[in-house]
Amino acid sequence: MKRTVKRVLELIVILMILSFFTFLLMYLAPGDPAEKRLVSQGVVVTKEVLDAERERLGLMKPFFIRYGEWLFGVCRGDFGVSFKDDMPVGPKLLAGLANTLQLAGASMLLSLLISIPLSIVAAFRKNSIADHIIKLFAFLGNSLPNFLISVILMYFFCIHTKLFPIIATGSLQGLLLPALSLSIPISGRFLRQMRQEFLMQISQDYITGMCNRGVKRRYIVGNVLYNSTAHVLNIVALQVGSLMTGSVVIETIFRWPGIGKLVMDSITARDYPVIMGFVLVMGTVYVVINQLVDVCMGCLDPRIRMESEGHHDKA
Amino acid sequence: MTKRKQLLIRIIICATVAGLIVLATMFASFLAPNDPYATSAAAIRQTPSAQYPFGTDNLGRCIFSRVLYGGRTTIGATFLLVAISFVVGTLIGMLCGYFGGIADRLLMRIADVALAFPQMVIAIAVAGILGGGIFGAMLALGITMWISFARLARSHTYSMKNQSYISAAILAGKSNWYIITRHIFPNLLAPLLTNGLTQIGVTMVGISGLSFLGIGVTPPTAEWGAMINEARAYIQLSPWAVFFPGLAIAVTIIVFNELGDLVMDYREM
Repeated sequence: MKRTVKRVLELIVILMILSFFTFLLMYLAPGDPAEKRLVSQGVVVTKEVLDAERERLGLMKPFFIRYGEWLFGVCRGDFGVSFKDDMPVGPKLLAGLANTLQLAGASMLLSLLISIPLSIVAAFRKNSIADHIIKLFAFLGNSLPNFLISVILMYFFCIHTKLFPIIATGSLQGLLLPALSLSIPISGRFLRQMRQEFLMQISQDYITGMCNRGVKRRYIVGNVLYNSTAHVLNIVALQVGSLMTGSVVIETIFRWPGIGKLVMDSITARDYPVIMGFVLVMGTVYVVINQLVDVCMGCLDPRIRMESEGHHDKA
Repeated sequence: MTKRKQLLIRIIICATVAGLIVLATMFASFLAPNDPYATSAAAIRQTPSAQYPFGTDNLGRCIFSRVLYGGRTTIGATFLLVAISFVVGTLIGMLCGYFGGIADRLLMRIADVALAFPQMVIAIAVAGILGGGIFGAMLALGITMWISFARLARSHTYSMKNQSYISAAILAGKSNWYIITRHIFPNLLAPLLTNGLTQIGVTMVGISGLSFLGIGVTPPTAEWGAMINEARAYIQLSPWAVFFPGLAIAVTIIVFNELGDLVMDYREM
């Protein structure tokens, strides 16, 4: 119970730091937001207009009051209005996030479907030809940047063979290629780490015992999978960051209307409130997922719980 | 023993290839057959030929020359960033581990918090707001890069501090500066250099990725990620304009990653 309270407090502190950092970033950003806003709306900038605009946007107030007001708004879901078209930022982010979640979920599913069976094969047939091929694929996927992979895939599947549409519309067919390009680098990392984890399980005494007793292969695989659930979950959580970054790149390439494409458009338009919202939303999702996985790992695997508690006792 | 030797040979081969790539980009001005920035209306999107070994792009610029010069940007920026992070991180880590105290706890807390955020998401926002330029991209990536060096240096320094040879040096009346530079730093160098080597591939992906998104280098500058981004618009007309910079990125990153892996294996044996 005490640990749960401590975790929640920790989470709140980290989120506060994130919000402060985000606000500071915009505060330090080069250029005057009032001027940027007027210019982007095509208004002729004079000193009077500029001052009036600054007053209206609340830019004349001291830093901490502005931060407080902004944070208060954010907590109620009010991310301010976009500089570009005066629309509220919150719904824009939400719509983008929904599309991104679709893409990210599909890629994660695809990565798991690729990497779990392959890493089991690689681990159970260590040093076979299959293992070497899988290792090579993992190494390539891990090394190649995702923008290169998606441009290559696009060339072969959209332009060369015309199997898929270039611009990914909402259809399932449009989703497949972006999801695939996002999942190849992630599968590469999954394969590497899962193979390692499964190998470690296989080297344990209980597996040797099962083999000696002549237990069927599929039961052994089941046991290995069951016992490495917590570690696999951790491996998955480690890739949430690259899933986010990857989605920015892939959404830009395939014009998928997610939050990543939204932020790249906003960067081009210098639409600061949207960029702020993006950092805040992505940062929050990332931090919360990591904390949740930490908690889940303890629930799934008593060994980890005991380790971390023992660790706390020592400290 | 033979396995160790085998590994050593593979490291030497990999290091040679890596060295050749770095040399080729360093001497780009001697190797490039054409001016990488000279546009030519007469030679738009030409297929690879003797005059243009990798063909030309949409503006008639020689892709081979641009790949060489682009490597200078990508590899140069990567090395500079890793080197700066190495120096800053190691210094902070050594001082924190050696002296301890409030500064140590504060800095390590900052490192923990910085690692709690998605690094590339922050980097995209920072680079985007700073608005183009390779230094903006480097700064954006450097915010979190020093941490791995600092943590590594700190933990090694911390465990070394209680060794008897350090106590002996203290009893011999050596200054803190002397102990850090003569006893601690040389012992740290091997693990830190290995870490630096593994960071090269990641940093290269980061820098070329930001440039690909258009928030790294500014357009006329040759850079691999930016070149791919420019050329993907007309990929159906001239695939070679994407293929060669892509190949350059892929080979370079693979070589450096493999080198990092091999050195790590070698040190663990």
